[in-house]
Parts: sequence; C-alpha cells; structure tokens
Amino acid sequence: MANILRSLLHRLGAALIVLIGISMLIFAIARVMPGDPARIALGPNATAEQVAALRLERHLDASLPVQYFEFVKSLARGDLGTSLYTNRPVTTDIAQFLPATLELVLVSGILMVLIGLPLGILSAHFRGRFPDHVGRLIALLGVCTPAFVWGVILQLVLGYFWGWFPIEGQLAQSTVAPPLVTGFMLIDTLLAGDGAAFLDALHHLILPSLALAMSGLGQTARLTRSNMNEVYERPYVEMARAYGFPARRIATRYAFRPALIPTLTILGLEFAAMLGNAFLVEKVFGWPGLSRYGVEVILRKDLDAIVGTVLIIAAAFLIVNIIVDILVNVINPRIRLAAGRA
Amino acid sequence: MASNTLQKPVLAIRGLRLAFGDRRHPTPVLHGISMHIRPGEKVALVGESGSGKSVTARLAMGLLQDQKRVHVSGSIFFDGIDAAKGGPEIARRRGNRVAMIFQDPTSALNPTFKIRGQFRDVLRSGDRSISNDEADLRAEAALAEVSIPDPKRALDSYAFQLSGGMNQRVMIAMALANRPQLLIADEPGTALDVTVQAQTLNLMHELTEKTGTSVLLISHNLGVVREFADRVYVIYRGRIVEHGTTAQLFNDPRHPYTRALLAAIPKISGGGLPDLPERSPEFESPLIVHEGCGEPTEAFA
Repeated sequence: MANILRSLLHRLGAALIVLIGISMLIFAIARVMPGDPARIALGPNATAEQVAALRLERHLDASLPVQYFEFVKSLARGDLGTSLYTNRPVTTDIAQFLPATLELVLVSGILMVLIGLPLGILSAHFRGRFPDHVGRLIALLGVCTPAFVWGVILQLVLGYFWGWFPIEGQLAQSTVAPPLVTGFMLIDTLLAGDGAAFLDALHHLILPSLALAMSGLGQTARLTRSNMNEVYERPYVEMARAYGFPARRIATRYAFRPALIPTLTILGLEFAAMLGNAFLVEKVFGWPGLSRYGVEVILRKDLDAIVGTVLIIAAAFLIVNIIVDILVNVINPRIRLAAGRA
Repeated sequence: MASNTLQKPVLAIRGLRLAFGDRRHPTPVLHGISMHIRPGEKVALVGESGSGKSVTARLAMGLLQDQKRVHVSGSIFFDGIDAAKGGPEIARRRGNRVAMIFQDPTSALNPTFKIRGQFRDVLRSGDRSISNDEADLRAEAALAEVSIPDPKRALDSYAFQLSGGMNQRVMIAMALANRPQLLIADEPGTALDVTVQAQTLNLMHELTEKTGTSVLLISHNLGVVREFADRVYVIYRGRIVEHGTTAQLFNDPRHPYTRALLAAIPKISGGGLPDLPERSPEFESPLIVHEGCGEPTEAFA
C-alpha cells in the first residue's frame, strides 16, 4: 500500500510539472495570437481610450514574463482572472460549465467501456465469423465517423424519426430544474429526491454521450480484439483449452485479462481525449458544457478564460491518466509485485 | 506387457491425415499415421522438428480441428468417441480424460492469474459442481503429491514467481489431478535445464505408474525416450517409419532414418557428431514394424 502511495505522489509531482509547462505554453500562445483582446471584448464602438484603459487594467502592455508572474500570483489565491466576455471570474464560469461536461464525458466513458470491451471480446471469440464481422463494422464506423456526425445521425434517427430520445438540452421544458448542489444533473436530481427529473436527465444524456463515445468505443473494440487475438496464440490459452476450461470463460477471463492491460492505457487516452472532443457534441446537442464555453472564449480571444479552460481540461486529462496508471498496476500482477519488492 | 495386449487400447489412431491450407492447394502434414496406446503403457513418438509429432498430439486432443484451413481425415479412437472430428465430444474430455503437459511450463500458465484460480478451473473440468474450498483442498493435495514443499504458498503465487521446475511440478499436478486415462507430454521440460528435466520425467513416471495413466511422450531426445518409454514410434515427415518396443528399436534399429537418428546422439567418447545427410531417399523407405508390435485389429468405438 505504501508503494502505491509513493508512486501516486511521484505521479502527482510529475503531473504538476506538466501542468506548469502547459500553463506557460498556453499563456504564451494565447497572447501571440493575432488580434487585440481588449478591442474584441469592448467591440468596434469603444473608443481608443477605453481600449487603452482595459489594456492597462489587465496588464496587457507588460512583457510576457511579467504577465505570467501576475497570473501565477493570482492563481496562488485560486483566482484564474476575469473573463473579458462574461465579465465574471473565470473560476465562476468554469464551475458553472464544467459539471455538465464532466457528466457527459463520464457517461460516455462508461458507455465506451461497457460497449467497447464486450464488442472486442465478441469479435475475438468469434474471430472470422459473423459476430466478428458485425463487431468490426461497428468499430470501424465508430472510429472513422466524427462525433458530431454521430450526433446529427442519432438526433435524426433516434430523436426525430423514431422519437425515442429528446434532441437537445439537459432537461425537458416541463421538468423543473433541481436546486443546484453539485452541478451534475443526475446527482442534483437524486439529491432533490425527484425521480422523474432524474430519469428525464438520463434520457437527455444518452444521445450526446453515445455520440461522444462512438469513436473511443470503436477504438476500444478494435484494440481489445487485436490484443486478444494475439493472446489467443499464447501457450497459456492453449493450456486453458487443453484443460477443458469453457471457451466462454477463456474469452472473458483467461484471454481477456492479459489483453486488457495494453488496452487500458489507450482507453485512458481515449477517455481523456473526449474532454477535448466534447465541444462539437455539446454544440450539436445544445449542451451547456465547458468545451462549448472553451471554443467561444477562444473565438473571442478571452485570454484568462482560454488559459483557465485549457488548464482545467489538462488537469482532468492528467488525473485520468494517473487513474489509468494505477488501474494498470492493480490489474498487472507483474508490475504490482515488482513495485512491492522495490 | 503380455496381459496388456489383451486390453483395449486407450488411444488408437488409424490412417490419420492432416493438411493445412485451402482445399485446392493443401499442404499435407500427416500422411496416414496409425498408432495405439494400451492402458498403463508409455509410448513415445520420436522425430525431428516439423515431422508432425506435435500436431498429432494436438489432433488427439481435438485442439486443431475447429480451426480454419485444417483438413483432417482418418480416425482417433479415444474413450469411446472419434476424436478426429473434433467438436464438443472431445472438448468435454479435455482436462479430465486426457491432459497435456507443455514444453515450457512457465509460459503455459497464465501470467495474470494465480495458480489457485487456474487449478480450480482444472478441477472443475473434472467435476463441475466442485466448491472453491473443496477444489483448494484437492489442489493442495495434488501439489503435495508432486513434492511441492508449501502448497498453499504455491497456490497463491503467479507462475512468474515460481521457478521453472516448480511450474513443471504444478503442471504435472494439474495434468493428473482429474486422474486422466491418457497424458500427452509434449517435449516436457525441454525449456528447462537438464537436471530439472530429468526430475520431471522421474516424477511423471512415478505418478503415472501409481495412477495407471497411459502416456504419449512426444520427444526428439532419444536419451529421454530410452529411459521413459515402453514402446516407440519413429515419425519422419508425417509418416511413421519404424515401430517397436524400446529395446527392439534401440538394439536393432532397422529403418535407415532410425539408424541416422540414433547415430546423431553425441557421445562423450566419440569424435563429435557423425556426418549425416539431412535428407536421403532411403529415409522414405516403407514402415518397419518389429515383432509383436502390430496395430491392434479389434473393433473400437
């Protein structure tokens, strides 16, 4: 246990260094992009004096290192600056928009694992036969069709033609929004004890999260399939067959677990990538999330908001990676036991 | 062995042919192999790499038949069924009526599961309703039988934590745990060092004598065969070329290929390896069967 803790601290330290690097990079990039943020924020009707005043207020005329120093100073107080666009603290904006995105991405991640892994197992188990062909087709379509196209297709077929699912938003017009506690609609409706609202929120969540999950789901299925096919060639699978282990048990256990270890690492990356890919899905489904906010602030050259959003998404990415690393260690006894000895 | 010849063979292979590839351009691998093993007998199948000895063993277990591009004809009588067809009948007998020991025990055990779980599944292929506790008790007993000093610890280990010799013992314990009629040993311990290999063979010999299990030993090592087997089949390029008791074969090798094979044993006193052709038209001479070693003719299934 102490080892896991130590390696966790080690990884957190490394993640912090990466975050600092990213903050410098995005800070610099945001400021070398063409266009004057103060002018964009105030609009074409503002006077030169007003623009100059805003530039002064936001230290926009200082050198980059000085600006970065100011940024770090306020960051230490938990202040990410103020959005030029919404005129609110960036932290407030993020707190408002992040939960919706996290909810979407988490549910997508669950769908990715719950559909992608079994699809890959089925393909490997029925290699070269009908279920494999179907599984591979789904996986391939998932990988090569962008999430927003899936969004539109799902909206059109399941939402519009068949009417099974609502087309956009987090809740139906008739549903009363629950009091804001965590910002996660599913949790807040449960906390409010409103079962109907919870089901409504879930109902609204399915299409966007499926659209977002499709690519990672396809990738997961493909990787699981190819890793398992490789494992099927190993002597220990032949041993399992020679000792009469049921074929289904070999597929779901003895061939699956060794194949899961390399798959899991990619799964983590796919999961984290969804944070960034979410914006098109959020756009298509009118989802009030952080990714959509991020795109809007980039287009408006809203410096503090850009840096804040990117940092939060980077932090989420790093956290997911750390969790995946830990999971790989738990699943792979070779690594777990080697760490125990060191 | 005299009384044994009256007993029905445990395994009887008749005219077994195997080809890989698509139907129009098959690559023949076995050209009609016949062999048999009687209860309690230890029979060796000897040949060089690629001669078809391992595929014969896998066909007998029904492990190759359900793969694509594999064409099998002939018959394999085992335990009242024809295993040559493959399918669920032979699959149901794997692990309990027939078991297998592999070349490299460490890579034949799953690296992501402890021995305990795998042993439970082995025992479950003999008795589906066995409880975990019961299985663990039987596994411990089986491991004690192969002289593993601390069975509980071994059960809680992964294969990569144990030595090759220990894993070999674990494999033997698993193979014999359900008291199979037939044990197929595919070059057991070739991946291990010579002393461990010798220990493995002694252990296998001792235990199969005790349980009355028949053994099909696949090997290219004539020293091992001479020590271990009662009867020997020599296989060359997918054909059995000579068949006799171990004594007959080693004292009086009659087939040119067998003679070449025996001459290839390095001797400490001799001046290195003799100069032998890799192939010779002589090696394709017809099968030589020694006295009293014909294939049984009685009806099987």
